[in-house]
Amino acid sequence: MSYVPSTPAERQEMLSAVGLKDWRELYRDVPPQMLLTKPLNIPHAMSELEASRAMQALAAQNTQFSLILRGAGAYDHYIPSIVKSVPAKEEFLTAYTPYQAEMSQGVLQSIFEYQTMICELTGMDVSNASVYDGATAAAEAAAACRDRKRRVTLISGAVNPDTIETVRTYCYGTNDELRVIPVKDGKTDPDALNELLTEDVSAVIVQQPNFFGLLEDAEALGEIAHAGGAQYVMSCNPIALGILKTPRECGADLAVGEGQPLGLPLGFGGPYLGYMAATKAMMRKLPGRIVGETTDSNGQRAYVLSLQAREQHIRREKASSNICSNEALCALTAAVYLSVMGPNGLAEAARQCMAKAHYLCEQLTKLPGVERVHSGDYFHEFVTTLPKREQVLAALEAEGILGGLPVEGGVLWCATEKAEKAALDRAVEIVKEVLAK
Amino acid sequence: MKLIFEKSVPGRHCDLLGKCDVAAAELPQKYLRATPPELPELSEVDVSRHYTELNQHVHGVNCGFYPLGSCTMKYNPRVDEEMAALPGFTAVHPLAPEAHTRGCRAVLDTAAQYLCEISGMDAMTFQPAAGAHGEFTGVLLIKQYHDARGDTARRKIIVPDSAHGTNPATAAMCGFEVVNIPSAPDGCVDLDALKAALGEDTAGLMLTNPNTVGIFDENILEITKLVHEAGGLCYYDGANLNAVMGVVRPGDMGFDCIHMNLHKTFATPHGGGGPGAGAVGCKEFLKPYLPASALMDGAGKKQVRAFAGNFLVVVRALTYLMTLGCEGVPEAAKNAVLNANYLMQRVKGTFEPAFDRICMHEFVLDLSEYKKETGVSALDVAKSLIDYGMHPPTMYFPLIVHEALMLEPTETESKQTLDWAADVFRKLYALGKTDSETMHAAPHHAQIGRPDEVKAARNPIVRWYNDSETETVRGAGN
Repeated sequence: MSYVPSTPAERQEMLSAVGLKDWRELYRDVPPQMLLTKPLNIPHAMSELEASRAMQALAAQNTQFSLILRGAGAYDHYIPSIVKSVPAKEEFLTAYTPYQAEMSQGVLQSIFEYQTMICELTGMDVSNASVYDGATAAAEAAAACRDRKRRVTLISGAVNPDTIETVRTYCYGTNDELRVIPVKDGKTDPDALNELLTEDVSAVIVQQPNFFGLLEDAEALGEIAHAGGAQYVMSCNPIALGILKTPRECGADLAVGEGQPLGLPLGFGGPYLGYMAATKAMMRKLPGRIVGETTDSNGQRAYVLSLQAREQHIRREKASSNICSNEALCALTAAVYLSVMGPNGLAEAARQCMAKAHYLCEQLTKLPGVERVHSGDYFHEFVTTLPKREQVLAALEAEGILGGLPVEGGVLWCATEKAEKAALDRAVEIVKEVLAK
Repeated sequence: MKLIFEKSVPGRHCDLLGKCDVAAAELPQKYLRATPPELPELSEVDVSRHYTELNQHVHGVNCGFYPLGSCTMKYNPRVDEEMAALPGFTAVHPLAPEAHTRGCRAVLDTAAQYLCEISGMDAMTFQPAAGAHGEFTGVLLIKQYHDARGDTARRKIIVPDSAHGTNPATAAMCGFEVVNIPSAPDGCVDLDALKAALGEDTAGLMLTNPNTVGIFDENILEITKLVHEAGGLCYYDGANLNAVMGVVRPGDMGFDCIHMNLHKTFATPHGGGGPGAGAVGCKEFLKPYLPASALMDGAGKKQVRAFAGNFLVVVRALTYLMTLGCEGVPEAAKNAVLNANYLMQRVKGTFEPAFDRICMHEFVLDLSEYKKETGVSALDVAKSLIDYGMHPPTMYFPLIVHEALMLEPTETESKQTLDWAADVFRKLYALGKTDSETMHAAPHHAQIGRPDEVKAARNPIVRWYNDSETETVRGAGN
C-alpha cells in the first residue's frame, strides 16, 4: 500500500501526457549506475490490519505501570479526555505552518491564545509559538541572550542533566563557553554564582523547581545575575506556575520550560513542547514563530505570522536560530489543557501534586535508612537515601509501580495528582517489606 | 471569531480532578504568585465548540489540495494516528528501565534499520525533533569529526544559493562561516564555483538532491568526490527525499550524513507547524559522534534535546513504512515524480516552469514575465488560489527564481485533482490578462481578506490583554 490513488491505467495515461514511455525516463538525470537494481531490504508491504497487529505487538512489549513515581523531566499527569480529542481533529492535525493567513485563521488564533496563556503563566509580555522541548528552549534562550561582548552562559548544576547537556552542545556549536554553577544542599549556590559572574557572562539559567524538586531562591539568584550585568533565564514547570511566583516576579528576562506536563503523554520522551516567553525588551531576540494580531483588508481583526525578520528564511546565516518546524500541535494541546483546567483547576493540580509528594515523602522517611538528602522546600519531587535500592525498585516494578529515578546519593521520587493515597500506601509498604528482609 | 478569553465567565469550570485524599502541603508565602494566571474559565462544551470553530478555519491535507513546495504535504494515514495513541506507547516513561521499554526500543531500532536501508547510511538517531534540528545535529557530526582529528582550520561550510534558509542558519549555529555558491543556469551546482570555494578550510557541503528547483543534479558523484578530495564531508538535506526514496540512495551518492523529515517523506502529520521528527543518519565513521541523552544513556555524548526524540512521531513513520514495505516506498517516490511532471505539463503554456525539463517531485513556475505583462504577481496568483479552496504553493522560493511559485503535488493526489488544479491555474492565467484588479484584491471568499502584515510588525500585538486592565500594561509594542 502506498496511498497512491491513481490506477495503473491512469498512471500510464499521465506518463504518456508527459511524453514518456515508462517511469525510468522520469529518472533520466540520475546516473544509471546509481539506480537501485534490487528491492530495498525491508519487509514486504503489509495491509493496514497486519501493520496494526505488528505495532500493537510492539506496544505490548512495554510495561504499563499503574503508578509512576518517576519524573525527572517527564511527568505523569491526568490528561482530560477533551485534551486528546481536540488535537486529533484532522484539520489541526494535517495543516502545516500557517503561512497563508487567509486559510489558516484557526491555527493562527489558537497560537495567539497559546501565547497569551504562556504569558499569563510566566508573567511575560511575549511568547513564541513553541520550540522543540524544554532543553532546547533553554539552549535557544542562552543564544538569545548573547551579544558580541558577553558570550559565556552560566547554568545551575541543579538543572535537569538533559537540559545542561543540550545547552552544552549548542554552546559547542557556536564555540561559546558554558560554566556550571555549583550546587549546595541541592540548590544553586549563590556565592558560587557570584564568583562565576565575570564581565563576559550573558545569561544565568536556573530551573524552578530544580532537578531535585527543590524550590530555588529564585529572586535572589536573579538579583545576583542582574548585578553582574547578565540576563536571567528561568526554566519552570508550567503546572507549578499555577501557584508559584512567576518568572517575571522573580526578575527573569526570559522564561522557558518543558510544556509536557500540560496535557501531553509521556510517550517515551516525545513529542513534547518547549515554551519560551520574554519581556518586551527581549521580544525581537526570541527565536521561532510568533503570531500577531492585525486587521485585514476589510478592517476586521485577523492573525498573522509576525516579526519574521528574525527568522532563518529571511536572515539565513544571520538568523539567531535555524528553527522552522516547531511543536504547534503540542502547543495546541497545552492550550486546550489550560482552557479546561482554568486558573483554579491548574492551581488545584499543582496543590495536589505537592500534597501527594509530601505525603509520599513523609511515609517513606519513616522507614529505616530512608532520609531526605536535601533540606529545602520542594514541589512534587524530592531525593531520599534508599538502602537496597535496586531490590526496592525491582520489587515495586514487580507490582506495577515505577519507583523513583536512581540518582547520586539515592532516589529522585515524584508524585502527581494521579497517585491515589491507597496506591502510595501500597508503594511504601513494598519498600518497607524489602527493607525489612 | 471571539478569542477563548472573550468567552470566559468568572466561576465557570470543568470538574476534572476531584478532592485530594491526603493532607494539603503548604509552601511559605515567598514562593507563591501574587495573582492567579488569567486563564479562561469555561465549561467543557464551551471549549469543545471554541476549538471546533477554530478547526473549521483551517485548511488541512484532509480538506483538499495542498501543493506547498518543499513541504511534502502528502496524506497522513489515520492508522498511523491510532498506533501512536496506543497506551502501550503513550504511557511509557522515557526513564523507565530497559526491561520495561522493549517495545519502544524495538520501534526505534526497527525504524532505524529501515531508514538506514532507504538512505544508504549505517547508523541513525531520532533525537532531533525537526528537519532544521536534524541539520544542526548532522553538521555537528561534521564539526566533531574534524575536531577529533585536530583539523580545526576547517571553518567553512559551502551552501548553494538555492538552499533553504535553514542550511546557512544551521551552519552558523555550528560556528561555521557560510560560503554561498551561485547555482548554474540550470539550477544545479556550478562545478567551477564549487571548485573555487573548496580548500583546506572546507569543513563540508550541505546539499539537497533533488535540489530546491526540483532537479536531480546529474553531477552528484563528481560533487561529492570533489568535496571529499578537499577533505570536507557531505551533508544531505533530506527535504526532497520523497522524490527518490527506494530509487536511489543518498549514501550511494557519496553523502556522509543526512537528515530525513519523518513529517514529510514518511507521512506523519505536520500539526499546524509541528511536531516533526528529523532522523539523522550517518556512515559508520561518524557513528561515535551521534547524540544521546545524559539521563537515558549516561554522559559523554553530544545531546540536542531531552530523551530519545519525538518518539510517537517515529511510531507513526514506522507504521507508514510497514504499510508501504519495500514495494510501496519506491512506488510512492515514482508517483510523486509522475504527479509533479503531469501537473507541470498541464500548466505549461500558461504560467511557465523556470526550468523546462523533466522535474523530480516538485517544480517551480517563474511568473516574472507574466508580472511584467499583467502586473499580476506570484502573490496575487497564490491568494487567488485560496478562493478555489486550494492551498497556495510555496511563494518566492527558491530565491534564485523571481516571482516563484513552487508546486509539490505529492503522490497521494489523484489525476482528477491534478486536472482540476491545472484548470484553476489556467483560468487564473487568463483572468490576470483581462482583470488584474480582481487578482490584486484576492482572496474574495476566504476566512479573511488580505491581512496587514506591516501593521502587525510595526505595532506588535502578540498576546491578548483583558480590557479592564490599564493602558500602561497593554500591548507588547510601542
